[in-house]
Amino acid sequence: MSTEALESMVGGEYKYGFTTNVEYEEFPRGINEDIIREISRRKDEPEWVTEFRLEAYEKWKQMEEPNWHNVHYESPDFENIQYYSATKKNNGKRPESLDDVDPEIIATYEKLGIPLQEQKQLQGIAVDAIFDSESIFTTFKEKLKEEGVIFCSISEAIHDYPEIVKKYLGTVVPKGDNFYAALNSAVFSDGSFCYVPKDTVCPMELASYFRINNEQSGQFERTLIICEENSKVSYLEGCTAPKFSSTQMHAAVVELVALENAEIKYSTIQNWYSGDEKGQGGVFNFVTKRGHCRGDNSKISWTQVETGSAITWKYPSVILQGDNSVGEFFSVAVTSNRQQADTGTKMIHIGKNTTSTIISKGISAGESNNSYRGQVKISSRAENAKNYSVCDSMLIGQTCGAHTFPYIESANPTAKVEHEASTSRVGEDQIFYLQQRGMSEDDAVSLIVNGFAKDVLKELPMEFAVEADKLLGIKLEGSVG
Amino acid sequence: MLKIKDLHAVVEEDGSEILKGVNLTINKGEVHAIMGPNGSGKSTLSKVVAGHPAYEVTAGDILFEGESILELDPEERAHKGIFLAFQYPVEVPGVTNKTLLRQAYNTIAKAQGKEELDPIEFEDYVAERMEVVEMRPEFLERSVNAGFSGGEKKRNEIFQMAVLNPKLSFLDETDSGLDIDALKVVAEGINQISGKENSIVMVTHYQRILDYIVPDHVHVMVDGRIVKSGEKDLALKLEEQGYDWLAEIPSAAVNGQK
Repeated sequence: MSTEALESMVGGEYKYGFTTNVEYEEFPRGINEDIIREISRRKDEPEWVTEFRLEAYEKWKQMEEPNWHNVHYESPDFENIQYYSATKKNNGKRPESLDDVDPEIIATYEKLGIPLQEQKQLQGIAVDAIFDSESIFTTFKEKLKEEGVIFCSISEAIHDYPEIVKKYLGTVVPKGDNFYAALNSAVFSDGSFCYVPKDTVCPMELASYFRINNEQSGQFERTLIICEENSKVSYLEGCTAPKFSSTQMHAAVVELVALENAEIKYSTIQNWYSGDEKGQGGVFNFVTKRGHCRGDNSKISWTQVETGSAITWKYPSVILQGDNSVGEFFSVAVTSNRQQADTGTKMIHIGKNTTSTIISKGISAGESNNSYRGQVKISSRAENAKNYSVCDSMLIGQTCGAHTFPYIESANPTAKVEHEASTSRVGEDQIFYLQQRGMSEDDAVSLIVNGFAKDVLKELPMEFAVEADKLLGIKLEGSVG
Repeated sequence: MLKIKDLHAVVEEDGSEILKGVNLTINKGEVHAIMGPNGSGKSTLSKVVAGHPAYEVTAGDILFEGESILELDPEERAHKGIFLAFQYPVEVPGVTNKTLLRQAYNTIAKAQGKEELDPIEFEDYVAERMEVVEMRPEFLERSVNAGFSGGEKKRNEIFQMAVLNPKLSFLDETDSGLDIDALKVVAEGINQISGKENSIVMVTHYQRILDYIVPDHVHVMVDGRIVKSGEKDLALKLEEQGYDWLAEIPSAAVNGQK
């Protein structure tokens, strides 16, 4: 294949890089108490939320940006970020119907494959569409309510279900948990809220679709999912952003609470713009995601396919407090060009007979760097706790890096912890073999990578597995040069 | 079908010349055997015909059905019906044999303007082809060559050949690493596939596979050239006398062979 052909494929790989032309409300840049109060005012929040924000801000001011991770970047100028970005049309108000939503935004979602109009809506999936700082629209809301399931934006939940939000917000990821979680707690805008009452299996998949569109702003998503006793929910999030030569920040906090016998399955397909081949632009993805298995026999499962972002810093974790509770983490992280990812999980075993499984597949190409960082901690009272971890890395080409940082601490002699790791390289011979069987170089790489990631991809809900499969292929087009 | 003319090829990395003027003509339906000592260039020849990127052709030409294929990518050569059974088949963990075979079959069918098979049609087709090399059905669900024994890998190559039904197959040391029973099964499979339409080139060290597959022509390769061609009895002579006597033959005699 000619170099030009390869380059044009690499250049054309990100098909979500377009910008939507919408008018934004003015909002000053930078961060201080007034800014935080102004966010709260525009969102018409009760006093306790404003207080929550201000307390977090106080903590954040005392904290230092973390530097222990294996990624290198120029520290963001926190005074130059616009922390709130609402469109003129909505300006913090909740649209009653799609008629109140800017048609440009509806068209954007359609282009992203997420039609919001009733007749075109994806079947069997309720979608919360979040554009910059606002939730634009949530589909199937009424239908879910019939079953008692609440699915809406977090802003809406603060107004309509304050008792539930107050009871759980910040209880899994405390305000001052870490630098970016504190920042998020101070300035969080929208995200999804989901509440599944007792004895209820949520009748459809829930999905949030995050879109960053405003070049100047950051996105500070806040998501809270609560699953009451004997209940079950499967939730998926997707993320894309336009191609800008500057970087954007996405600092999210996601909290999951599973009570007795409850099960939460949380899947992510993260495809933020990753910057160009020279490392210009892209999203800084600094995310704190944590689940709390509060009740006995509860289960929380994270599945992530991470293909985008210039920098990823993310460790979806599970606190296994209830006896017999189960935590799972399935991850495929792909980095190419100059991308850097430092991702993994934390499994904190507190209850008896708790089990956790970690399957991490890292794929590095180009000049990228991909690190797995995982902690397994077994407390003294976690009798018979078990963990099984597999961390596999695959290298494509000669100029990328893969790293593994496992941390294992066990304070209980009855615990069993297993850790396996491997590194392989996609070789010329492997590609030639598949080419000899008729496949193009790109199809060959795609097949090899999909085979490598299969144990994780099979954990995704059916509808998204196909998409993830394609995404991996597109992502690595032309990566063997 | 295949005409190799004065082919010279070097290892791209260090420029060392492996093929030093190979001439070979293979007609439709013929079975050829290429023999020769280690390092004579037999395996390289099959890789160069298949388009392996580690080698660069510096002179000569390879014509397939009358057209030069030197500029074609490996997959384009495969689409034309050229198949290579690898000496060391690679493992592709997580990809089942079925997935690989169907993708390979349909990609080639599409390139040749033939009908692609949906999963159900393909299942029927594959079941029938499996009998050729006595493969068990559960084999289809296993990852490509992962954890296979050497013999299983070789059998898998012939099975792939049976499914893809190529016009021209190079079998690179398919017989090595096989016990006698496996050798018989593989040879039987090859015999079933070869026919009026399909040509086969066996690259081998040993005469023993030729007890089961009778070649129309036998060639001996020494130091990057074909130094002698003959019929089946040439293979027997090599078995008895080794290759040393051939080293004496001047290359002028070789160039006369077409």
